[in-house]
Amino acid sequence: MTVLEQPGSSRNKGSLPGPAPAWRPRVDPAPLLPDAEPRRVLGTDAARRLDPALLTRLYEQLVRGRRYNTQATALTRQGRLAVYPSSTGQEACEVAAALVLEDQDWLFPSYRDTLAAVARGLDPVQALTLLRGDWHTGYDPRERRIAPLCTPLATQLPHAVGLAHAARLKGDDVVALAMVGDGGTSEGDFHEALNFAAVWQAPVVFLVQNNGFAISVPLAKQTAAPSLAHKAVGYGMPGRLVDGNDAAAMHEVLTEAVERARSGGGPTLVEAVTYRIEAHTNADDATRYRPASEVEEWRAHDPIALLERELASRDLLSDEFVAATRDGAEAMAADLRERMNQDPVLDPMDLFPHVYAEESGQLREQAAQLRAELAAEAAGSTEGRDEPAQEARP
Amino acid sequence: MTTTVPATARKPATMAQALTRALHDAMAEDPAVHVMGEDVGALGGVFRVTDGLAEKFGDDRCSDTPLAEAGILGTAVGMAMYGLRPVVEMQFDAFAYPAFEQLVSHVAKMRNRTRGALPMPLTIRIPYGGGIGGVEHHSDSSEAYYLATPGLQVVTPATVEDAYGLLRAAIASDDPVVFLEPKRLYWSKADWSPEAPAQVAPLGRAAIRRRGADATLITYGPSLPVCMEAAEAARAEGWDLEVIDLRSLMPFDDETVCASVRRTGRAVVVHEAHGFGGPGGEIAARITERCFHHLEAPVLRVAGFDIPYPPPMLERHHLPGVDRILDTVARLQWESDWIDGRGE
Repeated sequence: MTVLEQPGSSRNKGSLPGPAPAWRPRVDPAPLLPDAEPRRVLGTDAARRLDPALLTRLYEQLVRGRRYNTQATALTRQGRLAVYPSSTGQEACEVAAALVLEDQDWLFPSYRDTLAAVARGLDPVQALTLLRGDWHTGYDPRERRIAPLCTPLATQLPHAVGLAHAARLKGDDVVALAMVGDGGTSEGDFHEALNFAAVWQAPVVFLVQNNGFAISVPLAKQTAAPSLAHKAVGYGMPGRLVDGNDAAAMHEVLTEAVERARSGGGPTLVEAVTYRIEAHTNADDATRYRPASEVEEWRAHDPIALLERELASRDLLSDEFVAATRDGAEAMAADLRERMNQDPVLDPMDLFPHVYAEESGQLREQAAQLRAELAAEAAGSTEGRDEPAQEARP
Repeated sequence: MTTTVPATARKPATMAQALTRALHDAMAEDPAVHVMGEDVGALGGVFRVTDGLAEKFGDDRCSDTPLAEAGILGTAVGMAMYGLRPVVEMQFDAFAYPAFEQLVSHVAKMRNRTRGALPMPLTIRIPYGGGIGGVEHHSDSSEAYYLATPGLQVVTPATVEDAYGLLRAAIASDDPVVFLEPKRLYWSKADWSPEAPAQVAPLGRAAIRRRGADATLITYGPSLPVCMEAAEAARAEGWDLEVIDLRSLMPFDDETVCASVRRTGRAVVVHEAHGFGGPGGEIAARITERCFHHLEAPVLRVAGFDIPYPPPMLERHHLPGVDRILDTVARLQWESDWIDGRGE
C-alpha cells in the first residue's frame, strides 16, 4: 500500500512527489471490439441450422421490400412522390431491423427507412406521406411504436435513448432500435446519443447502415476509424460488424443486440456493411461520383440472390413459393400504386390546430385570415372569376 | 386563483428558492416530472436551483447527465415521447446553443408533425441575461431565437411569486416551454409564503406592476426592477408611468398590452436583448397595428446595443438603465415639449 505524504510535506526539502493515484481501464475493451470481418451466415455451416420458417419469412419480406422500393421510385417519376430515397440493395437491413423487434419495442427510422416501417406493419401509404408531402408524419407513432421518419441526420438517436431510458425507469420491457447511415455517424448527435446510452446502460440498439455514401461523399472522407463499429469501443459498448446484404446474419446480429438490451446488458452499435444501389434520391446523379463497375460488383452481392441460393440449397425455393411470394409483392405494389394515384384530401385549415395544445391568439387570427381567403377563393371559383387556367405564352 | 395567506406565514425568500420549491412541488405531485441537466444532482446546479432534489427524489428523478446539451434535450424528447414530463436545465444561456437543433427541429415541431399524437410537455430552464459580472458567454439574452420558433412557449419570471407560479404552469403545460430565468434576479428577495404559494394565471397573461396614466413601459424578466425604478424616478419629471411585466413572451398578451397603451397613448418597450431583431420590434409592431389611432407618439425601444455581450467591466453601459429609460420617455412627444418649443 502506498503511503501518501501529508499535505504540504512536498515543500520539505528533498521530499519526492508521490506516485499517481491508481489507474485502471473502466471496462475491458477486448469484448467490445468488432470482429475482423463482417459476420456472414448465408452459405456457411451456421445457415444450415437456421429455422426454415425464418428463412422463408425473410425471403418474403425481402421480395416485398424490393418491390416496394421499385414502386416508390416509379411513383416519383409519375409525380406522386416529391422525392424517394431508395433502400434498394439494403432491404436485408431494413427488414431485419423490423423483424427483430417485439410489439412493445420502438423503431426510430431515418428518412431512408420507410421500408423498415412498412416491414413493421405500417401502411405503405402512411409511410410515404412525408415524401408525398401532404403531411410530415403520416401515421400515429404510438400505434405501431414507430417514431416519425427523421430527416435531420442522427437527431432521432438521442430520442431513442431517452425513450428507452424512460421505459427502463418505469420498469417496462421496451427496446429501442435506432437507424442511421454512415454519414450520420459524423454528426454530434450520433456521438452524444451513444455516450448517453452507454452511461445510462439504456436498452438501445444503434443500427448503422454503411451504404458507402452520404449523398456523394464516400466513407473515406467521412471517417478515419478502422470501421464504424469500432466507434462503439470509445463509448464502452460492443461494436458489431455484419454483412448488411446477408439477411440471416443481419437477423442474427440484431437479435443478439436486442436480447442484450432487453436483458439489461445495455446498448450495442451494429454496423451493417451494405451498398446504396440507387442514387441518393431520384434527384441525385450517382454517375458523377462513383463508377458503374462498383455498383455492378455490389449488385452481384444482392441480398435477395444470396438468400435464394441458400433457400435453393435447402430445397426451400419451390416454384410455387417463388410465385406466391412474387404475387404477394405485386398485389402490395398494385394496391400502393392505386392508392397513391388518388389525390390526397387536403384541408388547409389543418395548418393551425396542431402547433399548440391550445391555439394562441395570433394563430386564431391567422386561421381566420386563411379561412376568409379560402372562402373568397371558393366564392370566386363558383362565380367563374378564376384566372384562366392556361394563359397564352409568347 | 390566489390563496389567502396569513401575513405571518410570509417570510423573505429568493427567486432561486421559489424555483426550487416549484420543482420540488411539481416532482412531489407528479411522478412523471424528471429533472435533468449538468450538475443538477449532488451540487444542486451552479445556481443551486435544484438543491436537495436528488437527495429527496433520487438520482433517477433528478439526474446529472453527461455534459452535452444536444444530448440532454434530445434524450428528454425521447422521455417525453414515452410519457414523462422532463424539466431540463441548461447551465447558461450561451451553453444552450448546442441544443438548438433539437429544440427547433424536434421539440417545437413534434406535436404538429404528428397531428398532436406526440405532444412535448417539456420545460427547458435557461438562466439568461447579464448584470452578474459574468465573463464571456455567460450573459446572453437569447429570447429572440426562441421567439422566432413556432411551437415553443417562452416564459420569464420577474418576481419571486411568479418564479414559483410560472414554473409550475410551465411544467404543467402540455407544450414545450423555454423558461428563461433572469440570473441577476436569482437572489432578489420578496416576502413569500413557501407553505402556501400563490398560483398564478395561466401562461400568456401579462401583469400590470404599476398603474400609470401617461405612458406604458412594457418589459419582462431582468428589466422589470429597472423599469419600476424608472417609473418611480419619472414622478419627479411629472410622468405617471404604467409598467407591464409580460411574464410570457409567447403566447403574447396583446389584450393587456393594448388596453394599457390605448389608455396611456404612449409606449416604450424595455429589454436587455439586442434591439435589432429583438422582441421589442415585434411588440412595437403589434402595438402599432392594433393601437395606431390611440398613439400620441411612435412606440420606442430601450434595448441592449447591437453588439456581442460586453465584458463584465463594461456591461453597465450596455444594459438598459433608469437614465436611458427616462431619456427615451422624454422623446415620446409630450405636449409640454411642443408648447415649450423643446419638441422635435
